[in-house]
Amino acid sequence: MMDVTSRVIRQTPLTAGYWALELDAAPVVGQARPGQFVHVRVPGLEQTALRRPFSIFGAEGGVLSILYKTVGRGTEQMNRLSPGDAVQVIGPLGNGFPLEPEGTPVLVAGGYGVAPLFFLASRLARKGVVLVGGRSAEDVLAVERFERLGWPVKVATQDGSRGETGLVTMLLDREIARLKGVSEAAELYACGPDGMLRAVGERAIAAGCRGWLSLDKHMVCGVGACLACVQNLRREDGTAWIGRVCHDGPVFEAREIVW
Amino acid sequence: MDKVDLRVNLGGIRMKNPVAVASGTFGYGKEYADLIDVAKLGAVTVKGIRLQAWPGNALPRHVEVPCGMVNAIGLQGPGVDGFVRDYMPFLRGAGVPVIVNIWGTSEEEYAEVARRLSEVEGVAGLELNISCPNVKEGGNAFGTDPRTVASLVAGVRRATRLPLMPKLAPNVPDIKVFVRAAQEAGADALALINTLPAMVIDIETRRPVLANKVGGLSGLAIHPVAVKLVWEAAQAARVPILAMGGIMGPQQAIEFLIAGATAVAVGTANFIDPSTPLRVVDGVSAYLQRHGMRSVKELTGSLVCG
Repeated sequence: MMDVTSRVIRQTPLTAGYWALELDAAPVVGQARPGQFVHVRVPGLEQTALRRPFSIFGAEGGVLSILYKTVGRGTEQMNRLSPGDAVQVIGPLGNGFPLEPEGTPVLVAGGYGVAPLFFLASRLARKGVVLVGGRSAEDVLAVERFERLGWPVKVATQDGSRGETGLVTMLLDREIARLKGVSEAAELYACGPDGMLRAVGERAIAAGCRGWLSLDKHMVCGVGACLACVQNLRREDGTAWIGRVCHDGPVFEAREIVW
Repeated sequence: MDKVDLRVNLGGIRMKNPVAVASGTFGYGKEYADLIDVAKLGAVTVKGIRLQAWPGNALPRHVEVPCGMVNAIGLQGPGVDGFVRDYMPFLRGAGVPVIVNIWGTSEEEYAEVARRLSEVEGVAGLELNISCPNVKEGGNAFGTDPRTVASLVAGVRRATRLPLMPKLAPNVPDIKVFVRAAQEAGADALALINTLPAMVIDIETRRPVLANKVGGLSGLAIHPVAVKLVWEAAQAARVPILAMGGIMGPQQAIEFLIAGATAVAVGTANFIDPSTPLRVVDGVSAYLQRHGMRSVKELTGSLVCG
């Protein structure tokens, strides 16, 4: 973990309202693991806004990529950044995904939950399948990027504007059944809204495979000090504990989480 | 140029410079050890500790507002034993005075926590939390009645010889009454201000944003309120004051010192820029040199009126 001054390389528009921001942040990139995040100080709002946490979307060749959606004053301010502008970044933070799947990796993304899963797909030695869900086509991101890495992608949207109509868990149920049919173990990795993560976790438990869920919680300090982003958890022996999503997570195995 | 003397004595807590970090904004110190040289701080005040481990409030526990945040963490903590076991080994070796913020739901609990911490090597002083707005019992319930403050401080005073620093509630009609009550009961120093009771409503759902409904406002927004309270408190105080509330850089810290504070604590700014406390140390030093002062003590209470 370090606090560095990075420089904006470029901003790339994805679908409506979603952007990829690339930063020159070699020291952070050098340490980054899939599933970790960075805590970004909002330029122009230094005294008046808290930092914003973003999953690491990419970390290659000294370039740190994050994915964001303009939803409020912080992200709108980030959208005004131009190449060369300075951005203060703390990272890499959090635990990250384990990189040794015991079966075929099945990546399940909801909306901009694709971000840490794309970084994961680029680092996993073994390829599997990516399932992407969203409200509509606009919320389906990075499909082509996964495909360029050689990962097949299946898409479902709630309004049917891209891929199949329905929730991403529908695709997951089918994938779990398919793998079971060929006697292949699965390892689930997911990032998205709590409801989706809970549903993925239930399926991991039912299928008897591991499910690594990356929680998206509002954070303040990002380093485990303020206790704003806590999550009720249980250990293997059944005892309860309160974890900090920023420090003990953001990735937890499905059986650890007490929803 | 001669180096200025930044050392201060906060009621028996000897600080190498007048800049501490505020309880609840710096964890137990080690969380920030990768990002800031903790040994360069004047003091570290750790998150509030009661006798037993405490789970805190449900989520959401915070909401950002312009120039600040409202929090209702609810004093989640490991209890005295967990704190001593898990965090004191790091803090003992950190090269910085450790102030432990303590709380309880009864006078007896406050006194017992103080007694237990008095036996722990490496604790420099106790900050008595009588002003947290986010717990049903304890906290603010103790801090808004001067007789309760006097009784509580006297009870803890009998339990410990450690420097004792009540953290006063800002939401009182006359802060001087509380200053006198606390110091007459045996306080060695005073900390102020705690967060201001506050509330944020989601207008679409018409629900309070915080699970606890209400919380405490901190950040730049509260700084002028805090300066006024510190200035008033300093007029009644015979003991040194640790001032906090909205310090984002040297400017706000220097205002507190001029208003009468002996030392200051950086809080919410740690979340935004962990280098803030050390920027404040450097900024205070540069200010003193620019104004021909040899010691930070010359700045304390140097307000010019009329």
